[in-house]
Amino acid sequence: MARTLKKVGERGWGITIFAFGYLAFLYAPMLVLPLFSFADQTIFRFPIEKFSTRWYEEIANRPEMLGALWNSLIVGVIASLAATLLGLLAAKAITRYAMPGKNVALGLISMPLFIPEVLLGLALLIILNVAHIPLSLMTIAAGHVMLCTPFAMAVLIARMDGFDKSLEEASLDLGESGWMTFWRVTFPLIAPAVVSSLLLTFIVSFDEFLLAFFLQGNEMTLPLYIWGQLRFPSNFPPVLALGTCILLASCILVVFAEWLRQVGAPKDRPSVGVGG
Amino acid sequence: MTDSDYIRIEHVTKRFGAFRAVDDAEFAIQQGEFFSLLGPSGCGKTTLLRMIAGFEFPTDGEIYIDGQPVTGVPANKRPTNMVFQSYAIFPHLNVYDNIAYGLRKLKLSKAELDKRVGEALEMIKLSGFEGRKSDQMSGGQRQRIALARALINRPKVLLLDEPLGALDKKLREQMQFELRQLQKTVGITFIFVTHDQEEALSLSDRIAVMQKGKVLQIASPRELYESPNCREVADFIGTMNFMRGSVKAIDGKTAVVDVEGLGLVNAPLPEDYSFAPIGAEVLIGARPEKLDVVRGAPHPGEKGVKGDIGACAYLGDRNHYQVTIAGRAEPLQVATEQGDRSTLASFSPGEHVTVSWGDNSLVLLPKD
Repeated sequence: MARTLKKVGERGWGITIFAFGYLAFLYAPMLVLPLFSFADQTIFRFPIEKFSTRWYEEIANRPEMLGALWNSLIVGVIASLAATLLGLLAAKAITRYAMPGKNVALGLISMPLFIPEVLLGLALLIILNVAHIPLSLMTIAAGHVMLCTPFAMAVLIARMDGFDKSLEEASLDLGESGWMTFWRVTFPLIAPAVVSSLLLTFIVSFDEFLLAFFLQGNEMTLPLYIWGQLRFPSNFPPVLALGTCILLASCILVVFAEWLRQVGAPKDRPSVGVGG
Repeated sequence: MTDSDYIRIEHVTKRFGAFRAVDDAEFAIQQGEFFSLLGPSGCGKTTLLRMIAGFEFPTDGEIYIDGQPVTGVPANKRPTNMVFQSYAIFPHLNVYDNIAYGLRKLKLSKAELDKRVGEALEMIKLSGFEGRKSDQMSGGQRQRIALARALINRPKVLLLDEPLGALDKKLREQMQFELRQLQKTVGITFIFVTHDQEEALSLSDRIAVMQKGKVLQIASPRELYESPNCREVADFIGTMNFMRGSVKAIDGKTAVVDVEGLGLVNAPLPEDYSFAPIGAEVLIGARPEKLDVVRGAPHPGEKGVKGDIGACAYLGDRNHYQVTIAGRAEPLQVATEQGDRSTLASFSPGEHVTVSWGDNSLVLLPKD
């Protein structure tokens, strides 16, 4: 490194205070969730007089809530698998083939990220109506695939661009077909990115509200259920308990995904790049 | 073209848009030959190699390997294997699995597989490294693994794309030697791409010199160096003084040429001298080490021209001089060998000297 980094102390305490203030701004509201989930009261009010785990025990007695959780898991798994598969195909095409309109295709696939979700939901609802497709969990999953594919594609393109293409050529050269080359070389090398993509798209789908709201049939996903419970304060504390569990699971997933990303970071770049 | 040609490149052209990466290449390679494609970066040598491998397909022309047309055949169906510039060692596999990669289709028993991989490792002197991952191997070791992995399939042709480019000088020289030994042992035809002329000269049976997509000359290293057929080849391989002149007479096997600064010289005629009828403008080339600097008269039987020493450089095994002569803007480059220490460099800048040359040192070249 050309210059050594200054230690925080040398820059004065202002930056430290700013950093901690910023972290508090981001995460303190989130801490309300676990805090009140342990409060033995149904009204959100300080001071909390008594702590208990009774809302956690209560989770088991709310079949509707557990049903919504289960629905969200199903939708999330379907959406993440489908989006990652589509993202993989798109990433392969974009990084490996010379084709006309490549950038246009890239832009169009990414478009759902930039269209307001309200409009997207509305448009999808109209289409489904016109096509007489009944609303169900599957229509929510389909909407989520649309939303998740750009994320999957971005993660996978980054990885596929990052490794030496002569590895795939070497496999072909050694007599393997394109399909076997994918399984024996490409897939093992991009596996960490595939896992990252699955985790990322699952999380995007799991907490998605607007599209799910437009495309829901009789069954609710968890975000829809939680929104519905706002009207009944007495039903709310178990939601906080479940939310706390999900928060914890998310933290573990994020740490795991980040660890995978670092383990899988490309180390196999060619050391030379000249040729005639 | 004859039936004995093992590989034939027939009028192969590769265009990328309007750019001609390879322009009407036409030559043949014999079985067991160590053949090099030599040229500067961007000359089309790698594109030509990749067309032989099946990674690129010619816009025009045909490629034959062992009598079979392979022009449209993809890489995985060709009897060729390649050593990549980056080596392309699979990072997720260990040395054993890398080397055995191409054997999967043969469905060999474990014992047979072990034997084949064992032999390959022995050939590259890496026995005992089966379980290592590629990031635990040095550049030279990776290069050898790439060689073993390609040769284990017993290809008809081994293609090498600048395989020594990433190694340091000492290791490169050692690998050059090993590569040549290996080629003699296995007897497989090698096609070797390089931009390093010394490497090409020391390894190859024959060399094709390429520039801007065109094959300029195909010849043995000695012939390329001693009798280049054009200025580009002469310039790319080694150093050469070029002097303008015009043909005054053709006398048996020599041309009498009036050369700027040198006067009348006798240059041996090349095989094809249709470019040099009487009166034609030509170039006379002379390698620096074929000239000598002396005091007074030129060496017996040689011609000479008077000049003044300009710059001098001591290069250990030889001295370099720039000698300014009348009638010529550019100084002549002369390289003289070092004798023993009693006869060390004895000329200094500004000294009046004679540049001495024998007729056979001169090369007659077309004017560019």
